[in-house]
Amino acid sequence: MSDVKKNILEIKDLVVHYDTEGGVVRAANGINIKIGQKESLGLVGETGAGKTTTALSILRIIPDPPGKIISGSIMVDGVDLMSFTEEEMEGIRGKEVSMIFQDPMTALNPVFTVGEQIAESIQIHEQVSAHEAMERAKEMLEIVGIHRERASDYPHQLSGGMKQRVVIAIALACHTKLLIADEPTTALDVTIQAQVLELIKEYRETYQTSMLMITHDLGIVAEICDCVAVMYAGNIVEYGTLDDVFNHTLHPYTEGLFSSLPNINQRTARLTPIPGAMPDPTELPEGCAFAPRCAYATEECRKLEQSDQTVSETHMVRCSRYREPEFKIKRGNMP
Amino acid sequence: MSTPILDVRNLCKYFKTKRGLLQAVDHVSFTVEHGHTLGIVGESGCGKSTVGRTILRLIEPTSGQVLFEGEDIAKLSRSQLRKRRKDFQIIFQDPFASLDPRKTVSQIISEPLLTNHIVKNRAECEKRVLELMDRMGLAQRWFNTYPHQLDGGRRQRIGIARALAVNPKLVVCDEPVSALDVSIQAQILNLLKDLQEQMGLTCIFITHDLSVVHHFSDEIAVMYLGHIVEKAPSEELFANPLHPYTRALLSAIPIPDLSAKKERIILRGEVTSPIDLPNECRFKKRCYECVEACSASEPELSEVLPGHFVACYRCGGMADAGVRDSQARMA
Repeated sequence: MSDVKKNILEIKDLVVHYDTEGGVVRAANGINIKIGQKESLGLVGETGAGKTTTALSILRIIPDPPGKIISGSIMVDGVDLMSFTEEEMEGIRGKEVSMIFQDPMTALNPVFTVGEQIAESIQIHEQVSAHEAMERAKEMLEIVGIHRERASDYPHQLSGGMKQRVVIAIALACHTKLLIADEPTTALDVTIQAQVLELIKEYRETYQTSMLMITHDLGIVAEICDCVAVMYAGNIVEYGTLDDVFNHTLHPYTEGLFSSLPNINQRTARLTPIPGAMPDPTELPEGCAFAPRCAYATEECRKLEQSDQTVSETHMVRCSRYREPEFKIKRGNMP
Repeated sequence: MSTPILDVRNLCKYFKTKRGLLQAVDHVSFTVEHGHTLGIVGESGCGKSTVGRTILRLIEPTSGQVLFEGEDIAKLSRSQLRKRRKDFQIIFQDPFASLDPRKTVSQIISEPLLTNHIVKNRAECEKRVLELMDRMGLAQRWFNTYPHQLDGGRRQRIGIARALAVNPKLVVCDEPVSALDVSIQAQILNLLKDLQEQMGLTCIFITHDLSVVHHFSDEIAVMYLGHIVEKAPSEELFANPLHPYTRALLSAIPIPDLSAKKERIILRGEVTSPIDLPNECRFKKRCYECVEACSASEPELSEVLPGHFVACYRCGGMADAGVRDSQARMA
């Protein structure tokens, strides 16, 4: 990427809260993300880390109430979406930024044919006749590997894998600049997952779309992302290129994620899980949110609020111990 | 040679549907040695859960034998089965749906103890429940809480406690960690492994996750459309997969390692319907190396290498070349 790098997505200090009966859920506590043209960023973390909240904020479709974007800026292709009115946002959704949802079984409308659902997004954003839109919808179906005749089928007539392809076809129909994929293959079988990932990969190569890929699977990240952001309890705890995060891991949580995975090449007797569970987001602990589960935590970690530490131009870690010259986690620091 | 604790012979389960006969499990045979773990892998709809449930007679088998310690479970009367049930238990997939929301943790765990008359009085029952909770890593303070107050990992620990409360000999684990996050998944897998060692449990581990099954099982059976298409010791299956489906399945696992070499086999299409299957190889429609024989009849599971069984014409004796091919490709 020698040409001038333009950021398609830039999120700065995003803070999102959900005001619930049980208290204020602090779902995102100052998220910073940058995605350049053609780049793809993997957003990794466990349930409740704030991945989906971050994604929904970009499209401003956080359920409100109880959700509220408290502060922060979201720039898409140089334009600040936070200043947009609701009507202006409608021009962004599906046209500039589109989203593939996790569960294809519930993302589609059961009373419209899949062709109609794809054509709908084309008709909203482009000046085309209904007939033309349907033609384009059929083309989109073929791009995602479904026969064009199936355009008149209803979602229940398709298998899970095919439904997810339809959801993808809707997201891709207007050739958006940024594609957000929220766990697009979690509900699918491995062989179908492989097909869908291949499809996304090919499409991105053809149309040079930037992508934000939300997943809990580090294997998928290794496969189709350029950069990774690891989230924990509403914060990005480590951010960098694949090489930075996979081969030069710095954050204890990232290390914990890797060592929790059964290694397919090396059938070791025991896994090394992270003890405990993620803290309740209504009662985040003082200091570092990961400290109660962290093997390296000191007294200071439990008291001091963490801040982002710059390691290199591409690599960031949110762990104060990184600054200590003697400090090393077990994994990482590989040559 | 010891006799296997579980010997399943020609197990079939057919469901009559409006559209025809659905062959969920079709002539499945395997044995499990005492203290061993058999992993059953396959995609949704391949019949792996039906196998697990039919063995325990949670679903009545259509035909076949399930010999548990030499006794055919499939032939037991209801009252006999009831007495025998405590020897074989199941851990369910979804810790959110498999626990009664109106019972407390202690009630859930004590129920099997009381039904099977394992404890004599309340004091003993309570003692046993606390002991079990301790073993599962559940703090005593959860004794009187309800499942909805707990997270997925803790709920799954309750499910395990309930299954192991009666000291079973055989446990069917039906996707026990699929609903959990990776860090919690690793905790539960370690717990299961420890318990298996301590209690000498025999396990049948059903999952769609190949890296989990590899970690957990001594032997693995790969299922496709109601059939076992390949069965081999864990190491052997991963080092030398022979069936085209197994090879595609293994190549499809995303590996979280940047240096890993990836040669992906992308299968065409999807699993076909298991209704009224023609007499041909079930994998034929998606297979990338089928030959004429594949359409003529169904290949049988046969031993091609010691302990390594495959149901594929290209891998059997008649096509040794195919095996050599695939071995060369693996190397």
